[in-house]
Amino acid sequence: MRLLSLGALLAVWIVAAGLTADPMILPQPWALVQPFAKAVGSGALPFHLGMTLWRVAWAFVLAMAVGTALGLLMGRYPSVDRWLDPWLVVFLNLPALVLIVLCYLWIGLNETAAITAVVLNKIPNVTTILREGARALDPGLAAMSQVYRMPPLARLRHVVLPQLAPFLTGAARSGLAVIWKIVLVVEFLGRSNGIGFQIHMFFQLFNVTMVLVYALSFILVMLAVEWLFLQPAEIRVRRWRLA
Amino acid sequence: MIRVAVRRKAFGATDVLRDIAFTLDPGETLAVLGPSGIGKSTLLRLIAGIDHDFDGEITRPERMAMVFQEPTLLLWRTALQNLTLVHPDLGDTAALAALGQVGIADKADLFPRQMSLGQQRRLALARAFAGRPQLLMLDEPFVSLDHDMAEEMLALTEALIAGARPATILVTHSEAEAGRLASRVLRLAGRPATILADSGARSKTPPPPRLGAA
Repeated sequence: MRLLSLGALLAVWIVAAGLTADPMILPQPWALVQPFAKAVGSGALPFHLGMTLWRVAWAFVLAMAVGTALGLLMGRYPSVDRWLDPWLVVFLNLPALVLIVLCYLWIGLNETAAITAVVLNKIPNVTTILREGARALDPGLAAMSQVYRMPPLARLRHVVLPQLAPFLTGAARSGLAVIWKIVLVVEFLGRSNGIGFQIHMFFQLFNVTMVLVYALSFILVMLAVEWLFLQPAEIRVRRWRLA
Repeated sequence: MIRVAVRRKAFGATDVLRDIAFTLDPGETLAVLGPSGIGKSTLLRLIAGIDHDFDGEITRPERMAMVFQEPTLLLWRTALQNLTLVHPDLGDTAALAALGQVGIADKADLFPRQMSLGQQRRLALARAFAGRPQLLMLDEPFVSLDHDMAEEMLALTEALIAGARPATILVTHSEAEAGRLASRVLRLAGRPATILADSGARSKTPPPPRLGAA
């Protein structure tokens, strides 16, 4: 089913490439194979892909950790929520580009600024989702674990986290998709390696083929992450609902 | 010995409970009776230590158990895990025996949602007794059940209490349930609620409540 759907997308591409009939603007899919092999062989593609993945991983872990902590605090304590909610609205509506440019201007053209910009872009999103999760926690179960004096770690692992699981996986999936797009913009604007940087370079050379090679190779990696890790993890935590 | 002395409990500006004091001996079964909304469940939450926001003092034992109006189970863990995670000292064998006592030993590996509501309630009872509680609290445990199931659960609860003999506090608005399970009845009335009558009040009165939360 998935393969069929991807095949349809490929068919649209082939037809569109046939209609434009100009490999400078849109090359046929098979015209990418050789440049791809060359980029892999030279080690350029694996290097830039690795740099981007490394930034995505850092930004993802930091944004999930900070966003989850903030979301739980805001969901559990209405006074904290009243104070931080206006901030959340401001950051949710701040364009990614503004944050990125400001981070580069204030922190400098370095790795810290790049990752900070991505993390700041993603935190409000995770916080909003996890705040809903914290509000949805069942007070009856909290009372139960208290009366029976369950140890704090067991409470977290067996009472709280399973209730938050759908919110956590939701934040993780939408998070990953948003983060890698922002990482590319960050690299485009102010880094000297990574997929975004390469796309910037080939954009200036007007080399559509190489832009597509780099973009597609990263999309493939993210599809693999989605299908190999995220979806199986989600199915596992949802097992009790389906049983 | 369980010693309850609640001087005052309020939600906002509204006083709910006032001067409620009694003691409970080990093995004694007490029913707290009163119309709905009087504050019986509030009192039980104070005794259970779920709500600490009140004036007064409560002495409670180490091992406590509570049966709620709803089964209140971990829906994402199996029936057996619902016992072993809540009572970490309980081995699998003891947990299986506890399930057997309420007649659902064959459901050990099922998730609660795969069981009928009656079986879920039996599991909640098994969880309560598996920890060998010194104090068992029942919060209107039969209120949402139809007549047959209420009768079945009442008989099972009666048998389990007779076997384990914990000190028991049953909160209910049903005279029949109170008469069946309890040896002593405490009636709440008024607004804020106070003790109207204590059928089993002995000569020794509990010590006067002191100021400051327990």
